[in-house]
Amino acid sequence: MGEKKKIVRVSGVTKNFDLGRIVVEVLKGIDLEIEAGNYISIMGPSGSGKSTLFNMIGGLDKPTAGKVFIDEVDVAQLDAYELAWLRCRKIGYIFQTFNLIPVMTALENITIPMTFAGVGDDEAVRRGMALLDQVGLGGRHGHRPAELSGGQQQRVAVARALANSPAIILADEPTGNLDLATGEDIIRLLKELSSTNGVTVISATHDYKMLNVSDQVVWIRDGRVDKIQQREELDITTGGLSSNH
Amino acid sequence: MRRLVIVPFRKSLQMAWQSLRVRFFRSLVTTMSLVLAVAFLSFIQTGSDIAGGLLAGDGATYQQLLLQAGYDLSTDGNSIGGSAKQRWIVFLSLLVCVVGIINAQLMSVSERFREIGTLKCLGALDRFIVRIFVIEAALQGLAGAVTGALFGALAAILAALVRFGLAAAAHLPWPEIGTTILAAVAIGTLLSLLGVLYPALVAARMEPVEAMRVEQ
Repeated sequence: MGEKKKIVRVSGVTKNFDLGRIVVEVLKGIDLEIEAGNYISIMGPSGSGKSTLFNMIGGLDKPTAGKVFIDEVDVAQLDAYELAWLRCRKIGYIFQTFNLIPVMTALENITIPMTFAGVGDDEAVRRGMALLDQVGLGGRHGHRPAELSGGQQQRVAVARALANSPAIILADEPTGNLDLATGEDIIRLLKELSSTNGVTVISATHDYKMLNVSDQVVWIRDGRVDKIQQREELDITTGGLSSNH
Repeated sequence: MRRLVIVPFRKSLQMAWQSLRVRFFRSLVTTMSLVLAVAFLSFIQTGSDIAGGLLAGDGATYQQLLLQAGYDLSTDGNSIGGSAKQRWIVFLSLLVCVVGIINAQLMSVSERFREIGTLKCLGALDRFIVRIFVIEAALQGLAGAVTGALFGALAAILAALVRFGLAAAAHLPWPEIGTTILAAVAIGTLLSLLGVLYPALVAARMEPVEAMRVEQ
């Protein structure tokens, strides 16, 4: 079997934030390659540049220098339409705060990305229902976010991220606003989707529960990649999912 | 790379309508200043339409009554002279109303920052965001302006009947009143659209990365 496809390639990326009188160097030269189908966790303390790197990979921010390739496309070269296309079709976003549209039902939330992608109504509803079933929320399609628990909202968000069968799911602290058990559920769901659908999951996190399911952990410290650990090198002593019984 | 499909208008309309319906009281407050301003405009304009109708219908009887009621008649006493003061007050009330709408819509944009950022992450184009806000404002504007115009005209007619007696009903100039109501509705809707332009641009220019921020 040949080498796996590199779905994300980050090369020599630096990012400065100009605060007027001072310029803050947040990323100081990051090189990173992510293989398709893997489950990646980006770990690092607050202020390490983790979120900034994460936003770059998601095409939400542009680097000061260096290049970010998503599926071999240079993100910096894209115009507004192409960026929207990329966000719609290639990437599914999951947020710490769920970010469901409060005025819409669970099903409607899931079908918005499909509408943006030009999928017809009937087809969108059919796929939306299937996705709700897949995340274990069949029958809750008519509920608004306010009528769902945090874990259920995050499940809807996961289904929404999968709406257009993206190649990458970006999850920013997906368990940050959830309790321990619910957080584990979401992690397990993401892992399952990554292995069954072959989606690359990239998540920025503080949550050590994540480590156990990750194929690769990227440690960011002070704007640089500190180390990249493969699954087998991980020290699984942090509890959580490792003990299945 | 392929271009994004443009979201059909019907779908945008549906989203805007849903957003208004769910936030009904919020939208009502935004619309209220428009209702009041348009009602005022409609009241003043219908009032002078009626005065004109009374003069044309039975000038001899009503000339004195109109003068007593405070209307400015033109020098020949056959038509209603428009008062500059009145025009200014109407103009000012509309101006205040637009500022009120801008204020309310800006509030609504900042309340929905995360929602807008999320939509952009999901692949919405700037113009879709603008469109949603403009459609919402158009719906609000139309509803508010129709309510205000009818309310103002009705109040003006009732006031005229009370002041000049029921006999005045025979001289009510219906075509002019109708035109006034239509004009007031048009002006109201236009003001609502005018008021939403800047807030909608603010919303559309927002970076999707805002949706990622935890603190609201």
